[in-house]
Amino acid sequence: MGEHIIKLPDVGEGVAEAELVEWMAAIGANVREDEVLAAVMTDKATVEIPSPVEGKVIWQAAKVGDILAVGSPLIRLEVDGPGNVKPGEVVEAAPAAAAPVKTKPKPKDAPKPAAKKPKTNGAAAAPASASVSATPSGAPRAEGDKPVASPAVRKRAADAGIDLRRVHGTGPAGRISNADLDAYIESGGEPQARSGGLIRKTSITDVPMVGLRRKIAEKMTIAKSRIAHITYVEEIDMTALEALRKQLNETRKEGRAKLTLLPFLMRAIVKAVADQPQINAIYDDEAGVVHQHGGVHIGVAAQTPGGLMVPVAHHVEARDLWDCAAEVARLSEAARTGKATREELSGSTITITSLGAMGGIVTTPVINHPEVAIVGVNKMQVLAKWDGQEFRPRKCMNLSSSFDHRVIDGWDAAVFVQRLKELLENPAMIFIEG
Amino acid sequence: MPIIDCKVLVIGAGPGGYVAAIRAGQLGLDTVIVEACAHGGTCLNVGCIPSKAIIHVADEFEKATHFASDSPIGVKVSKPEIDLKKSVVWKDAIVKRLTGGVSGLLKKSKVRTIAGWATFVDGRTVEVKTDDGVQTIRAENIIIATGSAPVELPFLPFGGNVISSTEALDLKAPPKALAIVGAGYIGLELGIAFAKLGSKVTVVEALDRILPLYDKALTRPVAKKMKALGIDVVLGAKAKGAGKAGLQIETADGKAASVKADKILVTVGRAPLTEGWGRDNLVLDMDGRFIKIDEQCRTSMSGIYAIGDVTGEPMLAHRAMAQGEMVAEIIAGENRVWDKVAIAAVCFTDPEIVSAGLLPDEASAAGYEIITQSFPFAANGRAMTMESEDGFVRIVARKDNHLVLGIQAVGGGVSELAAAFGLALEMGAALEDIAGTIHAHPTQGEAFQEAALRTLGQALHI
Repeated sequence: MGEHIIKLPDVGEGVAEAELVEWMAAIGANVREDEVLAAVMTDKATVEIPSPVEGKVIWQAAKVGDILAVGSPLIRLEVDGPGNVKPGEVVEAAPAAAAPVKTKPKPKDAPKPAAKKPKTNGAAAAPASASVSATPSGAPRAEGDKPVASPAVRKRAADAGIDLRRVHGTGPAGRISNADLDAYIESGGEPQARSGGLIRKTSITDVPMVGLRRKIAEKMTIAKSRIAHITYVEEIDMTALEALRKQLNETRKEGRAKLTLLPFLMRAIVKAVADQPQINAIYDDEAGVVHQHGGVHIGVAAQTPGGLMVPVAHHVEARDLWDCAAEVARLSEAARTGKATREELSGSTITITSLGAMGGIVTTPVINHPEVAIVGVNKMQVLAKWDGQEFRPRKCMNLSSSFDHRVIDGWDAAVFVQRLKELLENPAMIFIEG
Repeated sequence: MPIIDCKVLVIGAGPGGYVAAIRAGQLGLDTVIVEACAHGGTCLNVGCIPSKAIIHVADEFEKATHFASDSPIGVKVSKPEIDLKKSVVWKDAIVKRLTGGVSGLLKKSKVRTIAGWATFVDGRTVEVKTDDGVQTIRAENIIIATGSAPVELPFLPFGGNVISSTEALDLKAPPKALAIVGAGYIGLELGIAFAKLGSKVTVVEALDRILPLYDKALTRPVAKKMKALGIDVVLGAKAKGAGKAGLQIETADGKAASVKADKILVTVGRAPLTEGWGRDNLVLDMDGRFIKIDEQCRTSMSGIYAIGDVTGEPMLAHRAMAQGEMVAEIIAGENRVWDKVAIAAVCFTDPEIVSAGLLPDEASAAGYEIITQSFPFAANGRAMTMESEDGFVRIVARKDNHLVLGIQAVGGGVSELAAAFGLALEMGAALEDIAGTIHAHPTQGEAFQEAALRTLGQALHI
């Protein structure tokens, strides 16, 4: 029997650290070769760490949410054969602590022995119990047995509206501890109203901000604290474009992605920023430089199970309508399934955000820092419009667009949106060169 | 007088009522409490506290008497004397301090107190006859905490030489001969005290045993001590009435007999006080002679709660207090329900008996497969040094998972073990928890740990 240490591998160019977002193998679990042990997240992408050997997990370096340095021990396995650690060798437990990374490592977590003790243990442990046989426990309560719990636990349960009869007790004689109650609450145990009445809930669930959620929070904080947003809303008559889109979809070649509004908007943006390069830009406010990009790299905000992600369609200026449609479909699928690469999640110069039918009539989009503009699509609806002689049904939609007012004046923002309006209302213009 | 409107009205300032009012006040509820007598109810005025004072007097007097004869511990005094009048003055001072303390606590919690007798007009309105006239009080919530009173026997009405526990605590001198009807805990506590103070005590009990709420193992040391004190116990006998010489009884074999007595103390239990406060004007469901309540002490009328002796057995102050606290919190909107595991009961006889949770028989009857063992004070060093070797601590536990179901003890001073027993049961202790807790040496409490060890088959000191 030996020990095999698996270190955090290099998960991407220039990546010095990664956040642990999930353990797939718990302590004590037996893992096969190539079985996934953990998932770590770099700036953008999530990377799964497979096991190179077969063995039993005996130690984990960190808990979910901790930052680990590349090259630091991640997990230790007990393996048949000698393993890769000499017996008695003291393993440098946490190079992360010493690594010159900018995030704060948590040295106290790294050297912690495998089995974490529950928070609730303490002085109550019976010192003399060594001479006393172990208490039988763990079995489910027989029907009609009252749940056993201390008054403090009972009060907590009552305050949270939880019927203790539903809670499994892990203590002696099936006693329900605070930890058991926590576990029940975390597992989504629902409060029960007494005799159908309304009850107050005083429970507080702490949700750690880890992984993608933390990234989103950090990015939003930067965007909203550094950028002076100006939002401009304009109504677009989409009737002509919708007719064209319908026509194109009905006659499209087999194997082509169905056209949504997005490819048209992407192409319209390419057209509009050609006249206003200051809109397709990255503002490095620390250096005091606005990088106006020749290439139009459009980020497309996508809702994924883990939260908001922005995959990027690169060089839209060089993609035709159908190519745009295919790229958007491919990217959103990759983002949704967590397979998007680091490259696919970075490098945008302008962003589109759309909630489709949920889009509401107006939004105030938050700029994807360090970009300077974001175009928000609101819901489309048929409205009665006066054409000078009569009311006609028109498919109308608002565009809510935000700009970084530090580098873009309101006038320029308005010009940009009016240009988009002109293009979208007269879609043929999107495809006319020059 | 202007009508008082309030959120909570408590009727009766006994242990249940005043605790409910204090908690309600602490929780910021506008609270009024009505009481016709001194605050503190039966417990503080004519029950728990004054009886313990008189019992203490009796114990000290007995000790002195013991020293005056041939005490093995080497303390000698001349023949002691008892001035019961002085004792009663001392007892009354304690009562006054405590009832005054309750009044102070109510004031501190911003509870308005009204002195007078309350009568329900309807489910929201109560009229109180005060010295200044009738005060009407309207309340969103009313807590009935009217308590209980000693049961009177029709053929032995209270008056003259026939007394209840209340009068027994105010006697000018110990009776020469005291006949006690009823061998429950109140009768025996007082009977033993007066025997120690020099009365010739005879206890008449209709059942075939004393303290029928406890099993014989627990009552045996008490019976032994009563015998040593010269108390006669007539079991299976019925009291028939008061005669010239004392108490007329019918013995177990049907013969008429007479018990010589200059005072007859009737302690055949207490009855809930469910009349005299306008219950007729309400529609309260009853549970036998008690007001019916649910697990939140709600009565059948919304907004009306009942707590304490008026709601059933066990008629104990600490049960009423816990109910009062709970009801105040429920009215304040908290999610509370009666979920207590045990209400410990203490019998201040000599020796004392304490019982928390289930007795062995009760546990078996409840369908549990049990293990139970006791540890005698005869094997406890501290008990020996206090000349108090009679008695034991006993633990009843589930056989399958060792959850402790009941703990009892009989012995000198064991009433203070009620704290440990109650805590163990309420925390859901298993035998191993008690066995694994270090108990300070030398204390009587070690017998608790040893009883747990013995139940596990691992006793160290026996």
